[in-house]
Amino acid sequence: MASYLIKRILATIPVMLFVAIFIFLLLRLTPGDPAAIIAGDFATDEQIAEIRQKLGLTEPLWKQFVIWITNALQFELGESFYYKKQVSELIAQRIEPTFSLSLITIIFTVAIAVPLGTIAAYKQGSWLDRGIMGFSVMGFSLPVFVIGYGLIYVFSLTLQMFPVQGYIRFGDSVLGWLHQLILPALALSVIFVAFIARMTRTSVLEVLGEDYIRTARAKGQTETRVLMRHALRNAAVPIVTVIGLAIAILIGGVVVTESVFNIPGLGLMTVEAVLNRDFPTVQAVILFFSVIYVLVNLLIDLSYTFLDPRIRY
Amino acid sequence: MSDTSLSPFRQTLRRILGNTSVRVGGFVALLIIFMGIFAPHLGTRDPGAISPKNRYKEPGYIATVRDYNTGQKVPVVYHMGSDTLGRDVYSRVVYGARTSLVVGVSVASIAILLGMFIGLVAGYFRLADGIIMRIMDGMMAIPSILLAIAVVSVFGAGLLSVIVAIVAAEVPRVVRLVRSVVLSIREEPYVEAAITAGTPTPTLLMRHVLPNTVAPLIVQGTFIVASAIIIEAILSFLGIGIPPEIPTWGNIMAEGREAFQLHPYIILYPGAVLALTVLSVNILGDGLRDTMDPRFEKRV
Repeated sequence: MASYLIKRILATIPVMLFVAIFIFLLLRLTPGDPAAIIAGDFATDEQIAEIRQKLGLTEPLWKQFVIWITNALQFELGESFYYKKQVSELIAQRIEPTFSLSLITIIFTVAIAVPLGTIAAYKQGSWLDRGIMGFSVMGFSLPVFVIGYGLIYVFSLTLQMFPVQGYIRFGDSVLGWLHQLILPALALSVIFVAFIARMTRTSVLEVLGEDYIRTARAKGQTETRVLMRHALRNAAVPIVTVIGLAIAILIGGVVVTESVFNIPGLGLMTVEAVLNRDFPTVQAVILFFSVIYVLVNLLIDLSYTFLDPRIRY
Repeated sequence: MSDTSLSPFRQTLRRILGNTSVRVGGFVALLIIFMGIFAPHLGTRDPGAISPKNRYKEPGYIATVRDYNTGQKVPVVYHMGSDTLGRDVYSRVVYGARTSLVVGVSVASIAILLGMFIGLVAGYFRLADGIIMRIMDGMMAIPSILLAIAVVSVFGAGLLSVIVAIVAAEVPRVVRLVRSVVLSIREEPYVEAAITAGTPTPTLLMRHVLPNTVAPLIVQGTFIVASAIIIEAILSFLGIGIPPEIPTWGNIMAEGREAFQLHPYIILYPGAVLALTVLSVNILGDGLRDTMDPRFEKRV
């Protein structure tokens, strides 16, 4: 177990290294002077020279990378050229809405997708199964901003049940916070639900064919218990794996959803940074999101032994 | 069921075209393609023509405008209303199909070709495998929309950089797919026989390995078209994709954002057409997968 743990953690290092190199090189290998790109169209020569000095652009490329990665490891992600603040500080300010949105989305998703997928598997081939799978294909295809605006149109503008846009901090009002986040989380969870429901169905279907399900039924277990206790628990590992992989979609969706619902989180900050050509911020946020994605998947891999005691390394 | 008098190719084709998903998805996708190609002949006007007098007209509004050629006043209908500059949303939506299709098809072809080449190398040459797959793992660790945003932020907004950005996000998935097919094929007896017979490696790859990747790649390519259309729309919607003067579904929606509460149709029409397009391509892909490559499951 310990050796597996170490191996698995070590395996993420090359991945993270390539992510870092890629993000680093993106700006350095583009045609033109990175300092000039960062400085923008209206910068003076002195400003460009200053930026060049600051980033160590006069040093050889490998040394620049070492400087950059050493700083990044200490959470010094550089200074935003637009906000004139440390990017790590900006991230700390903006993380709450993004984290809240992601959390509620995942809760919605699991609450909706797992029962749907299980029912679809249980009633395989029925109209219910077909309906749920049809919804799943639709879920993949509806872009999150189309769903978002659709929901705003129906629930905010027509029915006036939810606020149109904006965000209320958790510390200011818990109910307000929840009220503001329900529509965006719902919009964002659609594609997620589509994925997880499909995976749950496949996974439960596989388990339902096992001998121990027949045994459970033979000894007179109720169908609910067969499904909950015997089928779903054994189907958990692939479901959780897909939830982890789908975090990538979630992160992408967060960027879009925050723009649609005007939520001042990291996603909106990324878009603003790109529009302002604020490269240190863009680099830092993308690095940050990628690290989160890799770490979440690492944690999920490590949780398998808890989910399924049969898995031993 | 299959008619043995037909060649295997015709039999396969018949099976594919008999699939309901392929028929429905393919039919709607074809309609959208025709819409793009014949955009000027579908009762559209110049999608960029502004008309300050006719700003924010509701769908179905009939305006009178002077025809520049004849000088006479003629009525024109705003089927889907008009936007903040008085441009005809219907014409913009119809013309917008062109950008989506160009992006979808070019991203899919480039990503497939590039991914096929890299995947073949990774799957067949053990030495290259480790390095290539670590790079691909690294690229896949960056969520695809963020990867596309990163590329666009460096190269600037534009059709070409949007295509490059989405290709960069899609290639690793193709590489993985091709590599996994190659890894299983290289152990097949007929490949071993070919090696024993002294077939040079390039010939071996082209003749024995490559054909096995065609079916999964066609399926994967279809899904890439759908995902590329979505990512392009997202980038344009965020204002960092195709420049705003070109009508694309994402751009039309971006321009409708400010007035959404009063004039939601500017966003809802292009949104609906976008969703329909992606849905039809995905349904087509599902059908192709079921008929061409049953082992293939949709990959995350």
